[in-house]
Amino acid sequence: MTPLLKVENISKYYGNRLGCRNVSFDLYPGEVLGIVGESGSGKSTLLNCLAGHQEPDTGEVIFDTRVDGPKDTITMPEPERRMLSRTDWAFVHQNPRDGLRMSVSAGGNVGERLMAVGERHYGNIRSVALDWLDKVEISEDRVDDRPSEFSGGMQQRLQIARNLVTAPRLIFMDEPTGGLDVSVQARLLDLLRGLVRELGLSAVVVTHDLAVVRLLADRLMVMKDGHVVETGLTDQVLDDPQHAYTQLLVSSVLQV
Amino acid sequence: MNSEYNFAYLDEQTKRMIRRALLKGVAIPGYQVPFASREMPMPYGWGTGGVQVTAACLTPDDTLKVIDQGADDTTNAVSIRKFFEKTAGVAVSDETAKATVIQTRHRIPERDLSENQIIVYQVPIPEPLRFLEPRETETRKMHALEEYGLMHVKLYEDIARHGHIATSYAYPVMIEGRYVMDPSPIPKFDNPKMEMAALQLFGAGREQRIYAVPPYTKVVSLDFEDYPFEKGGATQGCGLCDAQDSYLDEMIMDDSGARMSVCSDSDYCRERRDAGYVGEMGVPQKTVTEDAA
Amino acid sequence: MYVAVKGGEKAIDNAHAWLDELRRGDTDIPEMSIAQIRSQLALSVDRVMAEGSLYDPDLAALAIKQSRGDLIEAIFLIRAYRTTLPRFGGSAPIKTADMACMRRISATFKDVPGGQVLGPTFDYTHRLLDFKLAAEGVPSKAEKAGVVGDEVKPHITDFLNQEGLIQTEPGSDATPPDLTREPLELPASRALRLQALTRGDEGFVLGMGYSTQRGYGRNHAFVGELRIGDVAVEMEIPELGFSVEIAEIEVSECETVNQFAGSKTEPPQFTRGYGLVFGQSERKAISMALLDRALRWKELGEDNSDSPAQDEEFVLYHCDNIQATGFVEHIKLPHYVDFQAELELVRTLRKEATEANAQREAAK
Repeated sequence: MTPLLKVENISKYYGNRLGCRNVSFDLYPGEVLGIVGESGSGKSTLLNCLAGHQEPDTGEVIFDTRVDGPKDTITMPEPERRMLSRTDWAFVHQNPRDGLRMSVSAGGNVGERLMAVGERHYGNIRSVALDWLDKVEISEDRVDDRPSEFSGGMQQRLQIARNLVTAPRLIFMDEPTGGLDVSVQARLLDLLRGLVRELGLSAVVVTHDLAVVRLLADRLMVMKDGHVVETGLTDQVLDDPQHAYTQLLVSSVLQV
Repeated sequence: MNSEYNFAYLDEQTKRMIRRALLKGVAIPGYQVPFASREMPMPYGWGTGGVQVTAACLTPDDTLKVIDQGADDTTNAVSIRKFFEKTAGVAVSDETAKATVIQTRHRIPERDLSENQIIVYQVPIPEPLRFLEPRETETRKMHALEEYGLMHVKLYEDIARHGHIATSYAYPVMIEGRYVMDPSPIPKFDNPKMEMAALQLFGAGREQRIYAVPPYTKVVSLDFEDYPFEKGGATQGCGLCDAQDSYLDEMIMDDSGARMSVCSDSDYCRERRDAGYVGEMGVPQKTVTEDAA
Repeated sequence: MYVAVKGGEKAIDNAHAWLDELRRGDTDIPEMSIAQIRSQLALSVDRVMAEGSLYDPDLAALAIKQSRGDLIEAIFLIRAYRTTLPRFGGSAPIKTADMACMRRISATFKDVPGGQVLGPTFDYTHRLLDFKLAAEGVPSKAEKAGVVGDEVKPHITDFLNQEGLIQTEPGSDATPPDLTREPLELPASRALRLQALTRGDEGFVLGMGYSTQRGYGRNHAFVGELRIGDVAVEMEIPELGFSVEIAEIEVSECETVNQFAGSKTEPPQFTRGYGLVFGQSERKAISMALLDRALRWKELGEDNSDSPAQDEEFVLYHCDNIQATGFVEHIKLPHYVDFQAELELVRTLRKEATEANAQREAAK
């Protein structure tokens, strides 16, 4: 089977400072990869390089495009990459403010990607938007309200709906539950897990929260100081960590 | 004509620079061409872009018409017309049919324009995406990549809130299926006229942009399939000439707030009255002429 | 009965005549001469030259007279006139190190070669209205230090540079860009930014510079040196093959010395902000230097704190007072047509809202 995403030797430096180095992995359709590590471990740099928000110094990010098959998204022309990022890709930011238009209604937020790919029927856009609000458990009568009137958890669910509306094949998530209350986190995780299973989504999830990856990720990559120190099936890594740093990470959670 | 200045005020080099920008604009309809706008002896925002474009187009044989709000005798139109009379010595006319170059602010004349005419629009903010995205660097990229989803988000929001697309002027258009363009602050009533025989040139002096719509170019007002563009317009006829197909200005007639609507295109109204049409509050043309004499 | 309004033309002529009458004012009072304005309102003349981008004190004085003392209007007159002038070429860079200083101070060193020259400054005047002036005061005679012919005063930043303590700015022989001839395109080079700032509105540049001191893009500035005086303008004449002096102009120059923390690769060093303005305007020169430094955040690898003064597009698009005043004031022009369109729209929306309410009421 062709991997959906084939990442080879991604390195990124900030001047002399290392962002991440020689990261490679394959992601197969329907698979969720978790990337864990403390802040400064290079996991966010890596994610931004994968999603085209930053240009890596070396490496390839090969995506299995619908039309042309596997293609390096780093050397791809910008229009094509931007098209990809509003159709087949999605990016869920830690802070919903970075991923939503705060002055546009919930319906407009969800509808934007549809309109960006040429949907020109108001009625259809609206019904798809209502459908998605329903899927992310936002009451339909909030469709014309602005996200600034929503709670943090609702904003995050709206961001997810806005991203998933074009049925992307690959989702990048940066600390999707960060900054939320514990009870809200649990509900969001449940929702995400449901959507991932139901829609067969492939995803790369960056987090420092092991609970998130335990629930969502099939496989795990542990990063420290810009390097990948351990990879494996999620349960395997968490239950039987090999690298000293992973052991520390896992034990520190258990102590809580 | 005042000989202290070059013909039509600008020096020949500057006019050539503007003409190059105009040619580029014609070659890429709807694309905003940056140009080194000069400081003109009238304030920015008062038609400096239009004046520079007109200056670059005028030849000594041209007949110039200048309108503001559709009328030839609004103060700014008078001022610009006088400027060209003084600096270019060209013939001027109020009659749309006689003009070869028409500079306008906020209107397109009611009478169809022909292939040997140029209409020059004064543009305050050339960027149709400006109020959605304030950064020029970002909007240029959006045009380059044809990322116009945001424009439709705005229209979507209008319908969600008001049940209509609540843009009544400067209504965005798609040019030849490629560039989204600001038609300048003309009422949307004028949008359908933009598919015309005349060459349409747009000048934004302060923002340093020129763009163009060549004759017979496809101009589509943005809309949704189920909420199609409507040009709107007044429901009654012109009080003076009874025109039913013309854009009307509303005037407050007395302290009790009585209103009257008359053609904003003053030349069109005159032409109709000359031809004998009389509106509800008008008087036959003959009487008026006698009164005036 | 109604006849369409005519008479814009006549109204304009009358308005101009009235304006001219008011400009002259009471004819029993003697008319001001250009020479009087030039010599007695010299700082107004300087501002008009600086923001008008045209060094000609007589024309600037004329513009002030014609504009009834409205300096932005005067700047506008100068700019419009400037457009019609042919451009012969670019001068050689002026050598401010060779300036004949009437004022030269440093806030970073107590004493420096060439000395501190206080010069004609308002700084230590007590701001008390001098009623003697109202009764036509007698001119005072000053003892002047540091004027023309005095020793050359090297730039203070050159001393810092000897130790490598301050960042060196790379020199270039390239003709700098000219935003009066090319459309502004972003990102702009530093040379282009400086050109925009030196022509920029004094109030805007002052406010922006001030904002950096209050924490919006803070850059810890010291006035390394502020100098005001005359410099020669030289131009290379291709036919001659060497430069000749074509004029002498007065300028104010400010160099700030700013902290720079350094990075992994570069040791800590001071950096510079630069301000140069026609005539005497140290307020503008200092503000410009602060703003210049704030705008260099990217080049120096600093954080963007989203402050207005760090935002090149914001600053460059809004610093020009001729653009600003034209566009702000244009909203007083007729907008009947657009307003009519809005009127129709609001009426429609209101009608629909009222009908919808009525239906809801009826359904109750």
